[in-house]
Amino acid sequence: MSDHPIGKPVPRKEGRKKVTGQALYVDDLSFPDMLHGATVRSPVPRGKIRSIAFGGDIPWHEFTIVTAKDIPGANYVALILNDQPYLAEGFVNHAEEPILLIAHHDKYLVQEARRHVTIEVDEQPAVFTLEESLAKKAIVWGEDNVFKKFLVDKGNVDDVWANADLIVEGEYETGAQEQLYIENNGAIAIARPGEGVTVWGSMQCPYYVHKALVKLFDLPEDKIRIIQTETGGGFGGKEEYPSLIAGHAALLAWKSGKPVKLVYDRAEDMVATTKRHPSRTRHKTAVSKDGKLLAMEIDFVIDGGAYCTLSPVVLSRGTIHAGGPYNCPNVRIHSRAVATNVPPQGAFRGFGAPQSIFALERHFDLVARAVGLTPEEFRKRNFVHEGETTATSQVIRERVDMNGLLDRALQLSDYHAKRERFARENANANGGFSKKRGIGFATFMHGAGFTGSGEVYLQSVVSAEATSEGRVQILAASTEIGQGTNTIFSQIAAEALGLDFDDIDIVQPDTGRVPNSGPTVASRTSMVVGKLVESAVIGLKQTLIGSGLLGEGYTPADFRAACREYVARYGPLKSSATYQPPPNIHWDDEKYQGDAYGAYAWAVYVADVSYDELTYEARVEDFVALQEVGRVLNPVLAAGQIEGGVAQAIGFTLFENVVWKNGRMANNQMTNYIIPTPVDIPPIRVYFEENPYAYGPGGAKGIGELPMDGAAPAILNAIEDATGQNFTRIPLMPEMLMEQYEQERNRT
Amino acid sequence: MRSYVPNYQLTTPASLADALALLAAEPGVWKAFAGGTDLMVLLEAGKLPHRNYVNIWNLKELRGIDVDTDHVTLGALTTYTDVQENATLRSEFPMLCQAAGETGGLAIQNRGTLGGNIVNASPAADSPPALLAYDAEIELVSTRGSRWLPYHGFHTGYKQMSIRPDELLSRIRLPRNTTAAKHYYRKVGTRKAQAISKVCFAALGRTSNGQIDDVRIVLGSVAPIVVRCVQTENALRGQQPDSTTVKSAQTSLLREISPIDDIRSTANYRLQVAANLLADFIATLKS
Amino acid sequence: MSKSEIALKVNGQSHRLEVFPMARLLDVLREELQLTGTKEGCGEGECGACTVIVDGRIVNSCLVPVVQVNGSEITTIEGVAGEDDLHAVQHAFIEHGGAQCGICTPGMVLAAVDLLERNPQPTEADIRTALAGNLCRCTGYMKIFESVLQARSSK
Repeated sequence: MSDHPIGKPVPRKEGRKKVTGQALYVDDLSFPDMLHGATVRSPVPRGKIRSIAFGGDIPWHEFTIVTAKDIPGANYVALILNDQPYLAEGFVNHAEEPILLIAHHDKYLVQEARRHVTIEVDEQPAVFTLEESLAKKAIVWGEDNVFKKFLVDKGNVDDVWANADLIVEGEYETGAQEQLYIENNGAIAIARPGEGVTVWGSMQCPYYVHKALVKLFDLPEDKIRIIQTETGGGFGGKEEYPSLIAGHAALLAWKSGKPVKLVYDRAEDMVATTKRHPSRTRHKTAVSKDGKLLAMEIDFVIDGGAYCTLSPVVLSRGTIHAGGPYNCPNVRIHSRAVATNVPPQGAFRGFGAPQSIFALERHFDLVARAVGLTPEEFRKRNFVHEGETTATSQVIRERVDMNGLLDRALQLSDYHAKRERFARENANANGGFSKKRGIGFATFMHGAGFTGSGEVYLQSVVSAEATSEGRVQILAASTEIGQGTNTIFSQIAAEALGLDFDDIDIVQPDTGRVPNSGPTVASRTSMVVGKLVESAVIGLKQTLIGSGLLGEGYTPADFRAACREYVARYGPLKSSATYQPPPNIHWDDEKYQGDAYGAYAWAVYVADVSYDELTYEARVEDFVALQEVGRVLNPVLAAGQIEGGVAQAIGFTLFENVVWKNGRMANNQMTNYIIPTPVDIPPIRVYFEENPYAYGPGGAKGIGELPMDGAAPAILNAIEDATGQNFTRIPLMPEMLMEQYEQERNRT
Repeated sequence: MRSYVPNYQLTTPASLADALALLAAEPGVWKAFAGGTDLMVLLEAGKLPHRNYVNIWNLKELRGIDVDTDHVTLGALTTYTDVQENATLRSEFPMLCQAAGETGGLAIQNRGTLGGNIVNASPAADSPPALLAYDAEIELVSTRGSRWLPYHGFHTGYKQMSIRPDELLSRIRLPRNTTAAKHYYRKVGTRKAQAISKVCFAALGRTSNGQIDDVRIVLGSVAPIVVRCVQTENALRGQQPDSTTVKSAQTSLLREISPIDDIRSTANYRLQVAANLLADFIATLKS
Repeated sequence: MSKSEIALKVNGQSHRLEVFPMARLLDVLREELQLTGTKEGCGEGECGACTVIVDGRIVNSCLVPVVQVNGSEITTIEGVAGEDDLHAVQHAFIEHGGAQCGICTPGMVLAAVDLLERNPQPTEADIRTALAGNLCRCTGYMKIFESVLQARSSK
């Protein structure tokens, strides 16, 4: 009988390869006669390229050199607005922008040679922050520096302000954050005019790369083949960026006629690739004296960097999440993604939501205090319930119990007792420097899958194929990047077929072989693509039953025998499933209203912090993460997602500060851009409420991005509890904490 | 890897004598290369201008920790792991052990050496503040012989030190007079492990009859070199560890250090934290 | 500059190699010996992905010029498992979710194996300290600590 793997802590499918060092990442691959590539980049943030000189004692005649003139197709990275060139032609818009590519057999000589290319640029005025961009200090993109705007309007906020009991305003900021996957970006290409292009690479979305290279080389779709190699983390950082590096490797291969490997080192990966969009959010909130929300006006701005990349979509998710899990009759959200002359910002776990949720959950602690309620009581009076509406006027139809989640999270974290004890102990600190303690929380939701009609446009497909040995292969472009795709798909397929987990094989994502199941992003892999895996394998079963080779109540042995017989008689046994939206989903792209997401995960996170007056360092001492994510498909993988996300969010909040100098990341080393180490992470205690979702496989909803959302506001709320001071910007480095803390202390 | 490896020479002499002979034969051409934990980072980044190195890692003459009645003497190649494993150092020189335990992760501690930490001459190095607070002396050797000198004064400016091109740092000696004192070491680096310090504070203090008599205060990452704050020590000597003393000592300390803004921190933060740590240290002398 | 010959033993096997003395041990393992299980994450000794064991001590192979391991015995991730079975640490990492994307895993496993060699009964605090030089961006470390605790009790 089947081992019924859903809901069980089945070990990771490719775990053995990973713990023995046998898993092959892109830099582990090598081809005969392979060249090594390098990218020559802009030394300045903005300007006109005057000259390029090849100097030094370098045998330049041995090098393959590619400039924009060598591009056979269109010189842009096909994505949304197609404004980003593969190689700058005449003009650069950000520091480290790729200008030319070089390759040679000797990988060390390539690096030496790169240093001897001198590029002179006549600099032009540049803008480096979203404030400068909004102020139009220089127009650096389009007519007004704005990539995209949204307006969400519910009710009419303007009618409320005059008669509201209380209005609370606040401004909040978040900084850039580096994804810092431990495997840097890299690609290997083989490309020949007349034959086509094949790329192996570290990536999340093989079909994004495919789409981009079709345009870059002006080739038919079947002449471009993209293969994902084992991928050492992505977190969004390998969502759109691989289209660029894969194209660069392919251009060098195209010109040289040889395989070309292009793998960044850490310094280049940090300085040149995408980061989380910095943001600024302004809140104006009207409440009644009994603490009911009357109106929320939110102005949300993100810094998109020099080119559009995915900024409109990041902005969309940030905008929709800006109103949180609350029921407010009047909401206006105005949002903009603006251009600056820093390297383009891009996808990073949470995708705009961590930014706007930080602002909201920090702000709501202030509103609660202003209205004289505890943070928990204020939220309880305003949570959205079944039948009520979110900011986009989406009627919540699933069962949701934020009150219950909040009570349980506060109990699990011993919140009330700690809050009381910390207040007493902080007050009793006698002279000298003390360690203050505080506790705070955030309540939030995260929508799974593409926004609005996105999944309908994607039309994702998954195939399943049974071999003559009775093994079932899953063919999908959804990638394993550490989050557990291989394992979850195998669990879903085995469960649906009544087979064992080990009877399922996952085919390596290769656009020459697998259908387009959409990008591996947006917490959609388990919920959306997993459902397609389920449907596809059920198709196999139905074919076998329909052909009379398999009866109901079969055993795995019967299934294998039926496959063998079917393949012998009729040839390959294959089944595909295409995305079907759940019923009653309506989204209005014009008004930005309606069912933004088919399903939400709901969560309450509680942070217990200490604050050292001696060094102004805040540390998280204990962390409780409680969430409702539908059915948990694999408790070990699910907890691993939450723990990893919370750790990244702790980094986002207290450690990870991108230091910008003239539009360039100045601390582009792991020594100076610091992420949490094993001794910096508190116990992260993860709990799930299970509430199966009717349209997810086995009842699952999305989970991957959720844990990035709640930690930052929970931690800053806790720091306010510890210090009595209102901090509004992250990363909250000790230097910034000190400036404000000492200023406030001197004032009082 | 941004350097062109064939451009670099790393020659391995069979003995200390051979190493010194090479240094003497072509002064300035060869530099010593120990555990590599600093130099290899520069090599990787393409920022290692000097090309010719003498590999001293395998020289047994530069290893070992000797304890006699008055001193503990450490070979220059003593690693951070060696430091932490030594019982005498753990009981009598806890700040050095703490510094060693907070330098990088274990893999770094297995390779990084005290001699390398001194000669690399970074103002943010973790062990020099402890060594200075413990009144370390260092031995420099060359084909011409050897000389002992106080470690205090060895660093003369940013990355500058009193060592001749033909000399090697061979040993470090610590006087065993620390047991009755309070040891106060604090490395401030935001994260708990693998940090480069923003401020490093090492101090040793002793009181008699409620008055501070012996005190040594050393700070890292707040000036071009690791600084022993002699004027602050003078301001403290003979005083009671009370709030008036704290104020005047802080005033003196802020004159002795000259931190800057850089990619890791700000001058303001370093000044404020240094003053706080000094106050906290003085408070420990009360009990 | 010229290459020099060195001898070393990797995972029990002896090799003689012609190398540039300043070549990184990491590159020699990966490129000359095709032992690609050792990963490069940062090239500056911060992340620990390139951890290997040299003469009984873990090192960052990106920071070791290869001439300094002349005559040494080295264990890489490829040499951790026995002939028939995985090491207890490897089993535990699979069972308890200690590996996600897997890129830090070889270094993490070697650091854990080294810890258990030196201290067969580490506490969670010991584990945190021993692994402090190995960074992971996926797991938040909790499952790694659980894995090492499990390997400890199964030894």
